[in-house]
Amino acid sequence: MSEKTAQLKAAFLDALDTADNMEALEKIRVEYLGKKGLVTELLKDMKNLTPEEKKTFGQTVNVLKEEVTDKIAEKREAIKQAEIERENSLMPEFDISVPANLERGSYHPITLVQRQCEEIFKSMGFAVEDYSEIVTDYECFEALNIPKNHPARDMQDTYYLENGQLLKSHTSAAQNAIYKKYKDSLINEGKPIKAIFPGRCFRNEATDACHENTFFQMEGVMVDKNISISNLIFFMKTMLSEVFQKDIKVRLRPGFFPFVEPGFELDISCLICGGEGCASCKHSGWLELCPCGMIHPEVLKAGGIDPEEYTGFAFGLGLTRLAMMKYGVRDIRDLNSGSLKSLSQFTDDK
Amino acid sequence: MFLSMNWISDFVDLSGLDKLELINKFSLSTAEVENDIAFRGSDISGIVVAEIKSVENHPDSKKLHLLKVDAGEAELVDVVCGAPNVRVGMKTAFAKVGAKIGEIEIAPRKLAGYLSCGMCCSEKELGISDNNDGIMDICEDVPNGTDLKSIYEIDDIVFEVDNKSLTNRPDLWGHYGIAREFAAISGRELKPLDVVDLGAYNELPKLDLKIEDPLCYRYSCLRFENISKHVSPMNMRIRLYYCGMRALNLLADLTNYLMLEMGQPMHAFDSRKVDKIRIKRFDKPFSFKTLDGAERDIDENTLMICNGDTPVAIAGIMGGLDSEIVDDTSSLTLESATFDASSIRKSTVRLGHRTDASQRYEKSLDPEMTVPAIARFVKLLLDIDSGAVVTSALTDEYAFKYDDIELSFNKAFVDRYTGIDIENDRIVKTLTALGFGVENKASDFKVKVPSWRATKDVTMKADIIEEITRIYGYDNFAVNTAAVPLYPVRAEQEKTDEDRIKDILVKRFSLHELHSYVWAYYDEYKALGIDIEPNVELVNATNPNIKTIRKSIVPTQLCQVKYNTAYAPDFGVFEIGRTVEGLNSDNLCDEHKKLAITLFSKTKGMEELYFELRDMLAVIADDIKHEKLTFEKIEEKSSYKHPKNLNAVYCAGIKLGEIGIANAQVSKKIDKKANIVFAEIDVGEFAKIRNAGIAYEEPSRFPEIEIDLSFVSEKFAPIKAEIDAANCPLIKKVSVVDTYTDENGKSITVRTVFSHPEKTLTRDEVMETVDGIIKNLEAKGIALKG
Repeated sequence: MSEKTAQLKAAFLDALDTADNMEALEKIRVEYLGKKGLVTELLKDMKNLTPEEKKTFGQTVNVLKEEVTDKIAEKREAIKQAEIERENSLMPEFDISVPANLERGSYHPITLVQRQCEEIFKSMGFAVEDYSEIVTDYECFEALNIPKNHPARDMQDTYYLENGQLLKSHTSAAQNAIYKKYKDSLINEGKPIKAIFPGRCFRNEATDACHENTFFQMEGVMVDKNISISNLIFFMKTMLSEVFQKDIKVRLRPGFFPFVEPGFELDISCLICGGEGCASCKHSGWLELCPCGMIHPEVLKAGGIDPEEYTGFAFGLGLTRLAMMKYGVRDIRDLNSGSLKSLSQFTDDK
Repeated sequence: MFLSMNWISDFVDLSGLDKLELINKFSLSTAEVENDIAFRGSDISGIVVAEIKSVENHPDSKKLHLLKVDAGEAELVDVVCGAPNVRVGMKTAFAKVGAKIGEIEIAPRKLAGYLSCGMCCSEKELGISDNNDGIMDICEDVPNGTDLKSIYEIDDIVFEVDNKSLTNRPDLWGHYGIAREFAAISGRELKPLDVVDLGAYNELPKLDLKIEDPLCYRYSCLRFENISKHVSPMNMRIRLYYCGMRALNLLADLTNYLMLEMGQPMHAFDSRKVDKIRIKRFDKPFSFKTLDGAERDIDENTLMICNGDTPVAIAGIMGGLDSEIVDDTSSLTLESATFDASSIRKSTVRLGHRTDASQRYEKSLDPEMTVPAIARFVKLLLDIDSGAVVTSALTDEYAFKYDDIELSFNKAFVDRYTGIDIENDRIVKTLTALGFGVENKASDFKVKVPSWRATKDVTMKADIIEEITRIYGYDNFAVNTAAVPLYPVRAEQEKTDEDRIKDILVKRFSLHELHSYVWAYYDEYKALGIDIEPNVELVNATNPNIKTIRKSIVPTQLCQVKYNTAYAPDFGVFEIGRTVEGLNSDNLCDEHKKLAITLFSKTKGMEELYFELRDMLAVIADDIKHEKLTFEKIEEKSSYKHPKNLNAVYCAGIKLGEIGIANAQVSKKIDKKANIVFAEIDVGEFAKIRNAGIAYEEPSRFPEIEIDLSFVSEKFAPIKAEIDAANCPLIKKVSVVDTYTDENGKSITVRTVFSHPEKTLTRDEVMETVDGIIKNLEAKGIALKG
């Protein structure tokens, strides 16, 4: 009997060897272990045996059954593994060296520079204000100590509208409204006024590579009981160092603007040559960047703030100029051109 | 304005100091100095006075002469010279062998066959005037061989100050005022002006003078006779030339010199034409010939100097041709006056003619200067021409005097303004150097503003701060942050919304942000067939194409899209900018901040593109406000909007704007094959919408039931309305899973998802609601698809 068992086993192992997929394996399983399978069939021969022999034979068959079951399970795992490996091997190697697809949206460069400036001032507790583009003569001039017939009005080639309003020629036009908005909390609650207001400005002039009739500035004001020239220099230097991400040398020169006293022109050390002198800075080592000064007492008064009690500084930063310097834009007209070839390059810059 | 260091040094001794360093300090303390500082005379050397001893004509040349000159050396020198004015006995400027003029070094060389060992020079060749008519004719009685630089001020440092940086400083329009600044900067003393005592002429008769108009503040005059010299001394001519003026004749040069020295414009009249000086305006316009020969239209606002009723000069701007000094003038009347600054400025603008005099008068000159200027003029004239005679007493009418200005402040005020500690002594010293009268007791200061700063420039305490700090030097400031109380700063909603909209459009939808102009683009609109909507207009734009303010950003954006059609087959652009919706009831512009988006595609269908844009708006509303959008069809005839699919956009009951398709007539002109859609949203209105916040709902742990129903309907909205009307809390989501069109029309398959928080729903439980909805829809003519 055991000879028969041994033969069966040998036949099974041969069959198992040839099976290389699940279907074949399943066929073998049914052939040997199914209800009418070859292993089960072996037991039919038992009826002719003695009880003693039955016992031994039964054990032998059971051992065989277990052995076959295990082998099939083993084989199943092996086939599974082989299938996964085959699947893995079918995956091609990609050419990762092809250029990346960088297509995405873009911000206007003014937005980027404006956001950088806003972030810096927000981190120092400044509110970011917004203001209309069309303002009154009062806001743009009268409230800024520029009465009618003042020569400073000639300096500003202003676009006037038929109703007497005008396109704001500088962001300072928002100063009066800002003071009025915050004066009560300054006076009653002791909250200092700290605000910046970026915005679009207009000058009635012909355009060329360096001149635009539409451009951006960012005004900043700070008013409290003891705001000083020393503070003004600190904030300007800090902002510019943050914007350009390096320690910027600044210098102040007297500058005349009716809405500040004293008034300054702020120069920064040339970004191209670092102060040595080059074509960009006309060999002076300095770039004129930003008019600023201590807010004129009349301007504070017009905003409802007592200049005897409060002082403040104001500055007007040319955002357009800053963006051009920062990104090396040489023709100012590119900024309003709407040209995607130029402007789609400004994807983000934080 | 050009400034000569030699001239400045007449009034303040700057010897031993680094001049460039001083000029740099001046730039930082007073007014910006332009970068090109000229070292006049530095490029010439070895030029001496030489006398022409003999002149022979060159045998082969009509122009050239063969000279023998005495350059102070043992032997006479042979020189070939082409100048027409050579003569025996003439002293001239001679460049010896080895001398340098610019890049040229003089060496012996053959000219037309003859050896020339040096060169006789014209004033132009030496760079001291523009006279190139002949070689220099030197009158000075000096030995031959004398270095020219030892008799003339050829070496000078000349720097330029931008006139714009002097607009507020009438005192800086002459060298004397500039010298005062250098004195304050260097700590050296300012010398008084050398003048004559005009009191000496008090016995002489006065001139007939009357100011008949308040626009003339002061008029001072004096009469001279017997002037025999006509050419100004070389040094005076060099200074005028270095400062950008041409030497003309002694009297004209003297008035110009005085103007450049003291900032006081002066004018000399022929006394024969001016013996009854009246200053007034005329009732009627007339034409007047100025000394440059131009006929100028004078109106009733222009102040004139007159002889009786005959105008002889435009006050403060230019003299008349008829009263000009001419060759046979023997007696002249010198004017030194002050006029109303804004009147001069306006007249200048009207006449379209700005002169050196008028640009000074525009700055509000100090009336106290008119008489010292005359005293200085007389001093200079008599020094040059001792035969000149003054034939009148000083005649001076002083109609308007500025108030004296006294300012009081204390040290604490200075400290508070500066944020640093500037010592009392330093304050006193600085202000005194600048001409202020200063009284200082303990920490209290009382300051009298000098007349030349009191016409408009220094009027209040803050002005004094500038004087103290600019001389102290801003570079010397200790820099400190401000000590202020801290409070949270709330961001403006509109600004926050604007930033987030930009981020969504750029980061999620890959749109490009552009900027455009706030006015309609005439030519570009025309090219695309877009009408300009009537709106508020600009009245003074220099560019005739800049006139009407835009009502919408979309047309300008369509122009930009046209410009970019070659950029890519698909792109989208957006802008957040301003528009104006006419005037409001206060006659002010109704300004709006709008978001405009335009999508351009050559690959997507119109419907796909339209819905892409619709979904961008929906994401903006959902992301920032957690609100849904609704739409309402608009019927509108427009040159750039397509009549179909134009929808008003609503959010939380607020109308935000519209979404639409570009009119075919416009899109065909942009690109025949492209689809173009646009939307415009009012950012200000959007900012008014409260953020509804995230309404979190715990997901049910029990299975959902999905019911799909197909209805025959053109639109989803009425189906959705009925589902909403059922008001069933179990409905969690309604979506469109399919639309198709067959012979029965359009069908929409709607999936409604039901879920219960605490149990597994059975189909029967939801069918009651579903049946109700179906029944209501059928009542409205929307049937289930069979």
